[in-house]
Amino acid sequence: MLLVRCPWCGDRDEAEFRYGGQADVDYPADPHQLDDAAWGEYLFVRANPAGSFDERWVHTAGCRRWFSLVRDTATNEMRPDIPRRREGR
Amino acid sequence: MTVPHKVETDTAAAEVATALRHGPLEHRAAEFERRSASGARGVRLREEPFLTQLDLRTSPGSSSAASVADALGLPLPAANRVSGDEHDAVLWLGPDESLIVAPDGRAESLLRTVRTAQQGGSGSVVDVSANRTTLRLSGPMAREVLEKLCSLDLHPRAFGPGDCAQTLLGRVVVVLWQLDHEPGYRIMVRCSFAEYLADLLLDAMAEFLDG
Ligand SMILES: [Zn+2]
Repeated sequence: MLLVRCPWCGDRDEAEFRYGGQADVDYPADPHQLDDAAWGEYLFVRANPAGSFDERWVHTAGCRRWFSLVRDTATNEMRPDIPRRREGR
Repeated sequence: MTVPHKVETDTAAAEVATALRHGPLEHRAAEFERRSASGARGVRLREEPFLTQLDLRTSPGSSSAASVADALGLPLPAANRVSGDEHDAVLWLGPDESLIVAPDGRAESLLRTVRTAQQGGSGSVVDVSANRTTLRLSGPMAREVLEKLCSLDLHPRAFGPGDCAQTLLGRVVVVLWQLDHEPGYRIMVRCSFAEYLADLLLDAMAEFLDG
């Protein structure tokens, strides 16, 4: 069992969460300008590092809020997200 | 007041609806009684149906939040906490969300109170009383029973009276609320999952039935 730290509720069993994939994938400023390859890139292609990865999670069985954290994909060590980058989200 | 006939009709309809309604676990009350135990290693289960529940959304720190708290006579709770007592309570559900809980029949007057307090500000309040029923689990072994079903640390050093959490019991999402030191808990669960949760709890209680 992994403990995931919800920024609102605290440490909770991973079963209370759903995974939201890579964080900071911005919606294209003008989607109509993208060709199919670029649109496919936006939709489907994600980073896959062996190490630190910025991720979205949602506390579905708790407060139901979305948040970001940084997880080491090799060790599952998790750290809180850096708040300044999340402004305006 | 301008349409008194309409008001009377609504009141009559509400009375009929109240008379006809059933708690989701009403048919199992006798079974709960039979499978509850008193004494030093006892634990008891019963349904507390029809509690008034209002979902309150409000920006923390806003003037609207302050006037709602004023009108309710209760501070809005800190994270994972309950303000008030089992008769009049506000439970923390999220950073901008709370659950107002009161006895049966208080929904309309509380809605009016909160909406008046919110006027001119932001936020919303919705009657969600029909969403969940409430199970009351109490007795010296109540914590032991919950610990079989719940991943939270419920030891008194981590969770005590006035604490609440939305979490999983078995496979179902509940609002867990500790009322007192006995310990006694309220477990608020969606009506359609109530049977499943009751089965889980009764099974976990079985070992304490014979003292
Ligand atoms: Zn949470």
